[in-house]
Amino acid sequence: MSTEKKIEKSLICYHCGDECNDDSIRIDEKLFCCNGCKTVYEILDENKLCNYYNLEESPGISPNFGLGKRFDYLDDQSIAQKLVDFQDESFSKVTFHIPQMHCSSCIWLLENLYKLNHAISHSNADFLKKNVSVTFNHNIFTLKELVKLLTSIGYEPQILLESVDKKDEDKTSQSLHYRLGVAGFCFANVMLLTFPEYLGIDVSDAFLKSFFIYLNLLLSLPVVFYSGWEYFGSALKGLRKKIINIDFPISLGIIALFVRSIYEVLTLSGSGYFDSLTGLVFFLLIGKLLQEKTYSYLNFERNYKSFFPLSVTIKQDGEEKSVPLSKLMLGNRIIVRKNEIIPADSILFNGNGKIDYSFVTGESKPIEKVSGELVYAGGRQLGGAIELEVIKDVSQSYLTQLWNNEIFSKKTESYFTDFSNVVSKYFTFIILLIAFGSAFFWFQISIGTALNVFTAVLIVACPCALALSIPFTLGNAMRILGRNRLFLRNTSVIEELAKVNHIVFDKTGTITKLGHSSIIFTGDVLNPFQQKMIKSLVRNSIHPLSKIIYESLEADEMLPVTGFDEQPGSGISGVVYGNELKVGSKDHVFSTYKENINSNYSEENNYTTNIYLSINGETLGYFSVANSYREGIGDVIRSLAKNFKLTLLSGDNEGEKVNLSKFFSSEDDLLFNQSPENKLRFVRSKQAENKKILMLGDGLNDAGALKQSDVGIAITEDIGNFSPASDAILDASYLVLLPKFLSYSKSAVNIIYISFVISFLYNLIGISFAIQGMLSPIVAAILMPISSISVVLFATLSTNFIGKRLALVKPESNERIRKK
Amino acid sequence: MILISVSLLVAVGFLIAFLISVKSGQYKDTHTPAIRVLFDNKDEDKNNEENNSGSK
Repeated sequence: MSTEKKIEKSLICYHCGDECNDDSIRIDEKLFCCNGCKTVYEILDENKLCNYYNLEESPGISPNFGLGKRFDYLDDQSIAQKLVDFQDESFSKVTFHIPQMHCSSCIWLLENLYKLNHAISHSNADFLKKNVSVTFNHNIFTLKELVKLLTSIGYEPQILLESVDKKDEDKTSQSLHYRLGVAGFCFANVMLLTFPEYLGIDVSDAFLKSFFIYLNLLLSLPVVFYSGWEYFGSALKGLRKKIINIDFPISLGIIALFVRSIYEVLTLSGSGYFDSLTGLVFFLLIGKLLQEKTYSYLNFERNYKSFFPLSVTIKQDGEEKSVPLSKLMLGNRIIVRKNEIIPADSILFNGNGKIDYSFVTGESKPIEKVSGELVYAGGRQLGGAIELEVIKDVSQSYLTQLWNNEIFSKKTESYFTDFSNVVSKYFTFIILLIAFGSAFFWFQISIGTALNVFTAVLIVACPCALALSIPFTLGNAMRILGRNRLFLRNTSVIEELAKVNHIVFDKTGTITKLGHSSIIFTGDVLNPFQQKMIKSLVRNSIHPLSKIIYESLEADEMLPVTGFDEQPGSGISGVVYGNELKVGSKDHVFSTYKENINSNYSEENNYTTNIYLSINGETLGYFSVANSYREGIGDVIRSLAKNFKLTLLSGDNEGEKVNLSKFFSSEDDLLFNQSPENKLRFVRSKQAENKKILMLGDGLNDAGALKQSDVGIAITEDIGNFSPASDAILDASYLVLLPKFLSYSKSAVNIIYISFVISFLYNLIGISFAIQGMLSPIVAAILMPISSISVVLFATLSTNFIGKRLALVKPESNERIRKK
Repeated sequence: MILISVSLLVAVGFLIAFLISVKSGQYKDTHTPAIRVLFDNKDEDKNNEENNSGSK
């Protein structure tokens, strides 16, 4: 039931901003909602850290107490070792993921940890990654104590299976910075030293002249052998796979430039092309930096390991102890406490399960389980502690076995997209043909000229502009999409998006909102006995609407229901203590009692579903349940339907079919009761029909399908939160922009085509110089930057222009991802 | 020639400075320092309630 209580300002918890039940917990003038919050305040107050509250209003997080032995596994040296980044005799450095970090107060407090305990020497927060790295003296303070300290102030670190398995910090972007720095340094100095030549200044001093040239040669060495080295590696790797990728002509160009320059220097026949060479590598690396700039703080690779706990509490011989998850065995008794995740399929042994499967299915309503029932892994226990017996291995559980599917073992490594590979293949052949052809022609006149022409063609044809057009177009497009809260894994996702012709939706959490459906009863006030009767009746039905009504009513006991009858699509009826109850659609409830129709009860609109209620033939009113569909989803689906084939895959039953067919044109496109495997298979079967699939989903149950799709977009309410492995993460409230995103991707790919044409034109001009044997270093040095810069400008400006036309670029959209 | 060498040496100095800055992780997290710089260091002083208007 929608409980909209007026919250008075004075009844807000000073620490966490939650509503307080009463004003009994207070210090001075400050109110707290619970003792936990009060304790945190006391800790902070004692250590003079109350500036925390000045930075943001009510920044705190209500801490989770009653930890008991929860962190005992951290005493296990083998686990502690894996968590620690670095250790010497007295100091350890450890990095924790703290999902609660949400504002500048959090950063401030986490960076002032040393005031709470003198053993902590330093702590450093990374806001986007929500990480904090702490250096502490492990001789007087243990890892476990540190975790407990963080937990006691409300920042419980998330220690997951993944944090132990994955410790390889990616060094790639760092090495790219190094290489770019070196290339930039060399390029600038070579330009400086070549300057006299550009101006036609004749350096009369022959010694000085050769000094300049040798210095240039020296400066070009690190560019070729360090900064540009990986182009050779990548070209070779492509050749081994029998693919000529775009790095191949680039490598040819670099080699031709370098060899030709050295030849000229040694034979004293010229000053070489060192300026073009270093400039080329420098520009290419800039393009690469742009392309590799990804949203590294978002995780696109999550699997079940990303949210399974590192350890579980098992009960053995009447004793509780915590063991690493990897050592969990079949038949073990495990204890799962409030807010912990069930790590493996098990049988509930003791206690009342109230399990939230929102990670798995996207459905947020907790499911109640009683002793003896099977509980699937992946759910979060919301009630008190429960005792379970493990019946399946962690990796063999219903949910996790999805990850044993071969698509998850496949590494996606397409940095070079199909398109640029195809282009560079033909491009390289044509260039080689021209080079050999013109060399052959000149060969009959003079060998020297033939060699000159041959290298000149390779130099001038080096597809610098071509190689830059993709990173600049897609890099900029990715930034623009990111500002609209669609975060792509990498730039090639845009190319895939442009090819999509079939869109698959998940229902719960994707086109419907998660969370509480609001339900309001209109009509006579129900007395407690009536509520009890209705609750008992609807309990018998599994229809989602019945469940919502069930949740909304208060009753302390269930009454026996006789003569229960459910008519699919219309309603339910039954008898409780001689009272005949009917709950359901208008027709169902009114059909036999037409005389009771009251005009007040017949309002209905698209946004709510009304469920009518009658007891003993007397209509008491109706429950109206607001459809939890995302705002504007109908328009989105209708506009997408013009250009794409749409399908809905839902793990739920057909309860919502009627509502959904308002959006989708054909009922054949609505598939219900789909298991995670079914979804995966559906996508695969469509791909076999040569469809390019875009899948939108949110839960782990979509993970297989998301991965299999050509583009999988994970929808999430909060970008920092868990989302399954995917190609892109989209903020749920921006889902309405999906049609625009798709047409924008198409435009971006068209921009690449046009830039290709532009760079081909430059190549044509260059080659026409080259085959006549007229390519002087200065022509090369002018042509190369001009072509590159014009392509870069074109790509950047046109992506911005189209973004503006689609209203994806707004003046005020410079807002960075900060607080939710 | 000496001047050229000196200018190169200066440039090398900048290159090294850049490489050190990359190594120290300055390019890894470009967001948090922007927030960090706004913090007051006067936190020992408990009565600076007035400050909260500026930092929101």
